[in-house]
Amino acid sequence: MKIAKVLLVDDETSFLSIMEKRLASRELDVTTAESGPEALDALTNDDEIDVVILDVKMPGMDGLQTLKEIRTNHPLAEVVMLTGHGTIESAIEGMKQGAFDYLLKPCDIDQLIAVVRGAKEKKERHEEKIIQAQMKEITTRYSG
Amino acid sequence: MTETTRRTATGREQGDAKREDRKINLGQRMMFMSIFVSLGALFIGTWVLYYFYHTSYTEKTADYLKAFVERHARDIDTYLTARVRNIKMETAIYSVDQFRESGALRTKLDKLQSVYPGVFDDLGLIDPGGTQVAYAGPYKLVEANYATADWFRQAVERENFVSDVFLGIRRIPHFIVTSRISADGKPWLLRATVNFTAFNQLVKAIHVGETGAAFIINRKGEFQTERRSDIAVEPAVLSLLAKDRQPGFNARYVEHEGGDGEDDYVFVSAPLKGGDWILVFQQSKNDALVNLYNARFIAIAISLLGTLGIVFTVVVLSNRMQRTIVQAEETQEVMEKQMVETGKLAAIGELAAGIAHEINNPVAIMVESAGWCQDLMKFRDFTEEKNVKEIEESLTEIVLQGRRCKDITHKLLSFARRTDPRTSPVDLYDLLTEIISLSVQKARLGNIRIDKEFDEGLPKVTASPTELQQVVLNLLNNAIDATHVDHGHIVVRAHAEADSVVIDVQDNGDGIPPANLARIFEPFYTTKPVGKGTGLGLAICFGVVNKMGGEITVESELNVGTTFHVRIPVTPKED
Repeated sequence: MKIAKVLLVDDETSFLSIMEKRLASRELDVTTAESGPEALDALTNDDEIDVVILDVKMPGMDGLQTLKEIRTNHPLAEVVMLTGHGTIESAIEGMKQGAFDYLLKPCDIDQLIAVVRGAKEKKERHEEKIIQAQMKEITTRYSG
Repeated sequence: MTETTRRTATGREQGDAKREDRKINLGQRMMFMSIFVSLGALFIGTWVLYYFYHTSYTEKTADYLKAFVERHARDIDTYLTARVRNIKMETAIYSVDQFRESGALRTKLDKLQSVYPGVFDDLGLIDPGGTQVAYAGPYKLVEANYATADWFRQAVERENFVSDVFLGIRRIPHFIVTSRISADGKPWLLRATVNFTAFNQLVKAIHVGETGAAFIINRKGEFQTERRSDIAVEPAVLSLLAKDRQPGFNARYVEHEGGDGEDDYVFVSAPLKGGDWILVFQQSKNDALVNLYNARFIAIAISLLGTLGIVFTVVVLSNRMQRTIVQAEETQEVMEKQMVETGKLAAIGELAAGIAHEINNPVAIMVESAGWCQDLMKFRDFTEEKNVKEIEESLTEIVLQGRRCKDITHKLLSFARRTDPRTSPVDLYDLLTEIISLSVQKARLGNIRIDKEFDEGLPKVTASPTELQQVVLNLLNNAIDATHVDHGHIVVRAHAEADSVVIDVQDNGDGIPPANLARIFEPFYTTKPVGKGTGLGLAICFGVVNKMGGEITVESELNVGTTFHVRIPVTPKED
C-alpha cells in the first residue's frame, strides 16, 4: 500500500528525476510536471493525486499562481511548497493561500515524507467528512 | 512616438593640475564678475545721482546769480540815468548864456554836491567848437579843447550822453555825463564828471562769497571800473562777454575753464547803459558751486569706500565660496565613488535573488543525488550492476551540479570585486557574454529570452572592465525588470562605429513615459516601489560612460519597448 500519490512540480528536470527515484523508493506513487500548466493538466487527468509538491520559483506561471489555480480547480488536493532561502515570503504567502505546509530546499527527505503523510491524512479526513455529509443528506432525504 | 534624450558630459575631470586650474579660473571669474557688476551698479548709481544733483544745483546757482546780477545792473543803470537827469535838469532850466555867467557853474556844482554828495567832481560848458568856455571844479580846464576827443564827437550827436571811462587831460580814469543845449542852432554841451570812486564803490559792493566780484566793461572789453587785482580775467573771455548782445537786462551765465593750475570761473554778465556797458560778475567755480563740490567729494568718497568694501567683500566671499565649491566638488567625487559602490551593491542585490535560486537548485540536486546513493546503499545490494550504474549516474550528476555552482560563484565573485577604475584593453565580446550569462537565470524566471547580436571583429576598447560590467549589468537588470509581456525578448547588440563601439540593450517591455524620460539619469530617481530600486543604476551608467568620454542615449515607446545606446570610444578621452 502506497503512502500517497504525489505530483512533483519543478522546472529542473535533474531534480525531478532524482526526487522521483527517491520518493518512489519510499512507498510514494510519484508523477512529475515541469511547469504550472503541466501540473494543472496532470491534476485534471488524474483525480487520484493527493499531494502536490510545488516549487515556488518557476519561469512563466510561478508557484503561487499555480497554487491559486489548484485551490480553485482541485480543492481537495493538498499542496506542499518547496522554496529557496530567497523566497520565504512567497512560501508564507502560499500558506495564507491555503498550502498545507512549506519546506526549504534542499529538504530532508524523511521530513518531506512526514509532511506528505500529514497532508494525505488531512485530505482523507476531508474526504471522510464529505462522504459523511453526503450520507447524512441521503439518509435525511429518505427518512423525511 | 519616439523620444530620444541626449545628455552631454559633465563628468569628473581627471588630472589634479587641470582641476586646480579650473577651480582657480572659476574663482577668478566669479570674483571679477561680482566686482564688475557691483562696481558698475555703484558707479552708475552714484554718477546718475550726482549728475542730477549737479544739473539742478548748477541751474539753481545760475538762476540765483543771474537774478542777482540783473538786479545790480538795473541799480547801476538807474544810478547812471539819475546822473544824466541831474544834468538834463540844468540844461532844461537854464540857457547857455546863463551858464556862461561868472560863478554860475560853481553855484550849480555846489548845489549838486550838496544834494548828491560825492557824486559830481566838476561841471563844464563846451561850445560847438569843442572848447570848454566855463568850468567849475578842482582842475584848471578852462579853454581846454575837446574837439578831437571821442566822447565829444559822440556827445554832440545826442541829447544826453554817458561816456566810457577815459583818462582825458587830467590823466585820471573818469567818465562824464553830458546834456546838449541848442544856442543859435549850434550844439553846446553841459558836461559833468561823475566821481569815479563813488561809482566804483557801487560796483565793488557787489560781492558774493570769497571770490565773487563784479566789474563793468564796454563793448571793446575795456574795463570801466576797477577790478580785484587777485582775480585774473583772460582777454578772450572779456571779448566774448563784450560781444554778448542781450536785450534789456537779461543776464547770461557762462562757465569758463581755466588753464593748467588756474581756477575755473563762472561769469554772469548783464548789459546796462543801453547795451554800451556790460556788468560782469565773476566768481571762482569752486566758490560759486561750493555745495556741489562738497556733494562731489561725498560721492567720490562713497564710491571709493564702496569700491573698497565691494572688492574686500567679494574677494573674501568668493574665496570662501570657492573653498565651499571645491569642498562640494570633493564631497561630490567621494559621493560619486560611493554611489558607484552602492549601485554595485544594489545590482548585486538584484542578482542575488536570481543567483540564490540558481545556486539553490544545483545544491538541492546534489543533496538529493547523494541521498539517493545513501538510499541505495541502505536498502539494497548496491553491488548489483543496475545499482552501481545508478550510483555512478548520481555521482556524475553531483559533479555536474558542483561545476554549475562553481561557475555561478565565480561569476558573482568576479563581479563583486571593488570597482577598479584602472583601464585595460577589454574584449567586449567576452565581457558582454559573461554578463549576459549572469542575467540569463533572472531573465528565464521572467520568461524572457536574451539574444546576442555581436558584429565580427569588434575592436578592443580601453576602459575599466569592472565599470563596463556595471553599466551593462544595470541596463540588463532594468530591461528585465521592465519586461512583463508573455514573450519577453531582450537583444544585446554591439557594433563598431567610427572610432567607437556602440552597445545597444533593447527590450520589448513597458517603455518609459515621455514625462519620465528626462529624469531617468537623475540619481535616486526611481519608478520602482520603495525598497525595490535605489534609483542609482542609470545615474551610475551615465557617470561612468561620460567619464570614458562616451555617451548614453535612450529611445523609448510606451508598451513597445526601450533601447539604450551606449557609445564607448575605443581610446578614452584625454582629460
